[in-house]
Amino acid sequence: MSLLRAEGLSKSFGKTHALEDAGITIRAGEVVAVMGPSGSGKSTLLHCLAGILPPDRGTVHYRDHFGSDRELTAMNDGERSELRRTEFGFVFQFGQLVPELTCLENVALPLRLSGMKRKNAERAARDWLARLEVDGVADQRPGETSGGQGQRVAIARALVTGPKVIFADEPTGALDSLNGERVMHLLTTAARETGAAVVLVTHEPRVAAYSDREVVVRDGRSRDVEFAR
Amino acid sequence: MSIGHALLGLLEGGPRHGYDLKRAYDERFGQDRPLHYGQVYSTLSRLLKNGLVTEAGVEAGDGPERKRYAITDAGVTDVERWLSTPEKPEPYLQNTLYAKVVLALLSGRSATEVLDTQRAAHLTTMRELTRRKADGDLADQLICDFALFHLEADLRWLELTAARVDQLAAEVMR
Repeated sequence: MSLLRAEGLSKSFGKTHALEDAGITIRAGEVVAVMGPSGSGKSTLLHCLAGILPPDRGTVHYRDHFGSDRELTAMNDGERSELRRTEFGFVFQFGQLVPELTCLENVALPLRLSGMKRKNAERAARDWLARLEVDGVADQRPGETSGGQGQRVAIARALVTGPKVIFADEPTGALDSLNGERVMHLLTTAARETGAAVVLVTHEPRVAAYSDREVVVRDGRSRDVEFAR
Repeated sequence: MSIGHALLGLLEGGPRHGYDLKRAYDERFGQDRPLHYGQVYSTLSRLLKNGLVTEAGVEAGDGPERKRYAITDAGVTDVERWLSTPEKPEPYLQNTLYAKVVLALLSGRSATEVLDTQRAAHLTTMRELTRRKADGDLADQLICDFALFHLEADLRWLELTAARVDQLAAEVMR
């Protein structure tokens, strides 16, 4: 059964057609690589799927933790951001951590925003930092960490709320290959342990090799390789 | 892989008998393609004939072959020469995938289909290697990385060709 399902998505930016009748299905707990050349529309697809960007046409359906089918494309801004905060986690290439907060506070932030007490939020955050092998930087600010450590902190933050889906857009794009592989290993291992699905946008085949299957986007159209065969 | 040189290299650590050599080779280099006993003994007899190894006594005990072999000075020189000579880089100019793409276009079939099928097959192999790497030691990681980097290069080519397939179609149909 699908967890997230997009059909007939189209999105234009001015005269540029970023998506043209694209579709994708994500099942619970699977790691799906969204591949394709630069400018093919893979990031736009991720943004539409995650409810960050409303498509011009098409629908996105999500099955929430109560098992109810919810149409993201029919929600208002407030409902979509609530869903993003409670059910989704995000890892981008860089720039997602708040520079003024320590790494621990960064990871605890989504829990604090949901109303959890500081002590409990920080305990959970510390556990996640340890799972991602970066508990050593808990009291440092993001600017004081290496790129690889920063990404692990970002992954901890994405996972701390127990999301159903992690959206990762080129999460290793700014890392060297050794650090990139470590980050991918930790991200996919943690996601599999917690049962979270991962939608992984990447143009790097070695990063895509951490997925269970791939969806190829070309000229704004997506092609689900597994389902197509 | 030059099995003779690999065995000579292993013998530099000290004399060994054939079975021991096979085990050492398989452990380090033969995870995916272990040596046959026949290969070990035929290689050793060639090395012996060429003066690169010498017999160094017979070990007491059970087993098929307990004769020990030691590397000679000529053998050490041979290993040195082999290590310092670069492997010839593959020119990669005979390319079945390119031929398939062109023939698909010439026959009016879908070249994109050929490329997509190949991409999926490559990624399946890359996933297996990635999993093996995660469970393996450093030797496993390096062996798998070598394969992964090569497969990645193929995939980049597949992607580039997919992006130019219309242009190629126009050229081959001219």
